[in-house]
Amino acid sequence: MAYNIYLCGVGGQGIGILAATLAQAAAKAGLEVRACDTHGLAQRGGVVSSHIRLGADALTPLVPEGGADLVLALERLEALRGAAQFLKKGGKVVYYDTAYQPVSVRRGQAQYPSEEEVARQVAALGGEAAAVRLAEIQDPRMQNSALLGRLAALKAVPGLEAAVIEETLKEILPPAALEENLRIFRAAK
Amino acid sequence: MRSLADLMTEKEGFSALVMGNHALARAMAEAGTAVATSYPGSPTPEIAEALLAPAGKDQPVHFEFAVNEKVALEIAAGAALNGHPSAVFFKSVGLNVAADSLIQLPLMELPGGMVIILGDDPGANSSQNEQDNRWFARMAYLPVFEPASPAETHAMYKEAAALARARRAPVFLRLTTHVCHARETVQFGPLPASARDWTPRFDAKAGPYVPIAATVFPLKKRALEKLDAWAAYGETSPLNTVYKAAAPGAKKLGAIAAGLPALCLLEAVRSAGAPVDVLKLGLSYPLPEQLLADFLAAHDEVYVFEELDRVTEGELKALAYDRGLACRLHARRGHAELMGEMTPERARACLAGPWPELFPGAAPRKAAEPAPRLPQMCPGCGHRSAFHAIKKALPPGAITVGDIGCHSLGFMPPYDMGEVLFSMGHSVSTASGLALHNDARKVVAFVGDSTFFHAAMPGVVNAASRDSDITLVLLDNGTTAMTGHQPRPGNGEIGDRIALPEMLKNLGVKFLRECDAYDQPKLAAHLKEAMEHKGFAIVIARHPCMLKFMRDRRRANPGLKPQHVAVDQAKCARHYTCAADFACPSFIRHADGSVTVNTELCIGDGSCIQTCPAQAIGREK
Ligand SMILES: Cc1ncc(C[n+]2csc(CCOP(=O)(O)OP(=O)(O)O)c2C)c(N)n1
Repeated sequence: MAYNIYLCGVGGQGIGILAATLAQAAAKAGLEVRACDTHGLAQRGGVVSSHIRLGADALTPLVPEGGADLVLALERLEALRGAAQFLKKGGKVVYYDTAYQPVSVRRGQAQYPSEEEVARQVAALGGEAAAVRLAEIQDPRMQNSALLGRLAALKAVPGLEAAVIEETLKEILPPAALEENLRIFRAAK
Repeated sequence: MRSLADLMTEKEGFSALVMGNHALARAMAEAGTAVATSYPGSPTPEIAEALLAPAGKDQPVHFEFAVNEKVALEIAAGAALNGHPSAVFFKSVGLNVAADSLIQLPLMELPGGMVIILGDDPGANSSQNEQDNRWFARMAYLPVFEPASPAETHAMYKEAAALARARRAPVFLRLTTHVCHARETVQFGPLPASARDWTPRFDAKAGPYVPIAATVFPLKKRALEKLDAWAAYGETSPLNTVYKAAAPGAKKLGAIAAGLPALCLLEAVRSAGAPVDVLKLGLSYPLPEQLLADFLAAHDEVYVFEELDRVTEGELKALAYDRGLACRLHARRGHAELMGEMTPERARACLAGPWPELFPGAAPRKAAEPAPRLPQMCPGCGHRSAFHAIKKALPPGAITVGDIGCHSLGFMPPYDMGEVLFSMGHSVSTASGLALHNDARKVVAFVGDSTFFHAAMPGVVNAASRDSDITLVLLDNGTTAMTGHQPRPGNGEIGDRIALPEMLKNLGVKFLRECDAYDQPKLAAHLKEAMEHKGFAIVIARHPCMLKFMRDRRRANPGLKPQHVAVDQAKCARHYTCAADFACPSFIRHADGSVTVNTELCIGDGSCIQTCPAQAIGREK
């Protein structure tokens, strides 16, 4: 069976580079990769998602609803949404714990979930949630590296070692940002 | 990992994990495509991103963004007339804009050959509809290649380009969103070694190229003959393949599909272990009739599995009827199955219609719906500032007409601005119609600057010459923002800057005001004056796209720290104007009722400061 990863976040958080890094690392590790970004360049501030499927029996790139072994989210509310729609029973949710309120919450029409709420709802779906948060991240785009670091430490993706992800980061990131990203990647254990 | 520039310029073959759009750009280089053109639109802009990645002189394909899809198509056709292999690409609805010239192309001899690449968007992920452009192929006598994945996109483009050149003809390469954006490992070939020959070989005698009454019929006859030749190619091409079921069942079952839906079908069949043979069409039009008739004859029942419209279904049923075939044909039923993108799960659900025992249903899962998150304008967006000011200046009952671009998002709460939208550039003319014999309600239209040049100019000329009693707000952010900041004519990135006010005056516009979109009092005053003016009035609200502006600034100065705004808690009177009405995403409304600023999002633009009735917003100390 294919191993399915559903990635999600808010437009502008850099999910494209996160997905590209993870897919590239998986390919480097010798896994058969089929992946897909589901947003164009046009998702200003809306929900964005990306799919990665590992294994030969995945012929199509989209993770089936309720079929994700891993939900990887860049934001708390999106972690909850991603889990509700995609998490498989027994799957894991790993998310960066930052909060971007949608208009509905800012207009007082909807509630923003707490960290406990996310844990409770993910447990009700038969899964397990891990929140990542590092105090000392200056540039929010580097939250990506924290998420990858935790994912690597958890050995969440079978056949994908931390060292390969690190190598891939070295290939993909601009030299100026590399050192700080690697520090965050290693610190996020 | 290879950079995009290296992907395009590497001389030898290699393999890499890439997205479909990038694989396609490399295929253009490998195929020796001389000229490619486009107007931006999802899901295709990354093709241009790759073509433009190497430094100018190293770009293997001459690429140009054009002012709209019709112009792009005509430039590519002109290049093909000169003998240069060419390609044009745009999103699904772009074909509507290009249609007037497109429909003539199959009548013509195009010595260079031309590939027309369509980015169709089943599921309307980023489009105003999910139109099925396979219909256009029938109307225009054009063959349709339909790849299902990045690797197939690469291979089929090369095949399509070579055949188009050999047959001096245009062809469709129809992609869909999740073929364009899918990623897989693709085996690439070498680049052509020979230097490009730019000799202009246009020869009027190779025509006729002027379709007037006497020539239309010979031209049409030739187009129909070419279509027959494509059908003959489809009979034997390996692009049309049968995937046999692992073990046959008691009844002989089959299914037919093309493109990504064919892989959905195959995945559904394999994961269910169902005894269904799958015929995958790579050339989905014209149909290979003998191949299909043989497939139908060899099966008791066949499912015609399509995405969007029932295009092939009717043609297959006609074929079965004409040939007196006993095979029972199944197809999708009900409106729901005619909408949205296909997935393996949806394929399974469709197949469960006629064959429930082979495709048992999964129990639907229930989970609570988290708070919705709709797309919104970015922090610092000039459109938000403009809408906030305009909303307050509009009289009751005013009708607002939206257009395509980031500002389309204004139709949602809290702005509710731009209440009707058809297509790019429609706003000014739709507004002109709404204003006819209407003294009771003011009509205000919006348009973006890229859209202005794309399709709104004829409407502006029309409104100016008739002096339509409307106000047009031109939201000028200097770029084609929504699709990823492609240049537009006159913004100084290609050619000279065009001064919009001068140009509008020369088009006959008599009332014209302009200001920065951040200057809300001035914009409101201009708008009121414009609405009072009897006749056509234009207000230009100008502010650079701040997403682009901040990206450029960060690139120039990586350590850049924006000076955020902050809410003075002593002054905050909890009006929530900032968070709920102005609604910049940077404001956080806490459960205790207080408001603070999310410094991860705030860019320090300060356009919110003027909106607080309690003057509680200021620069962070
Ligand atoms: C016929 C057609 N072509 C292309 C598109 C894709 N498209 C959507 S928004 C947009 C950009 C509009 O730019 P502009 O008018 O400058 O508004 P902005 O996004 O900058 O506010 C484009 C090209 C489309 N929707 N329809």
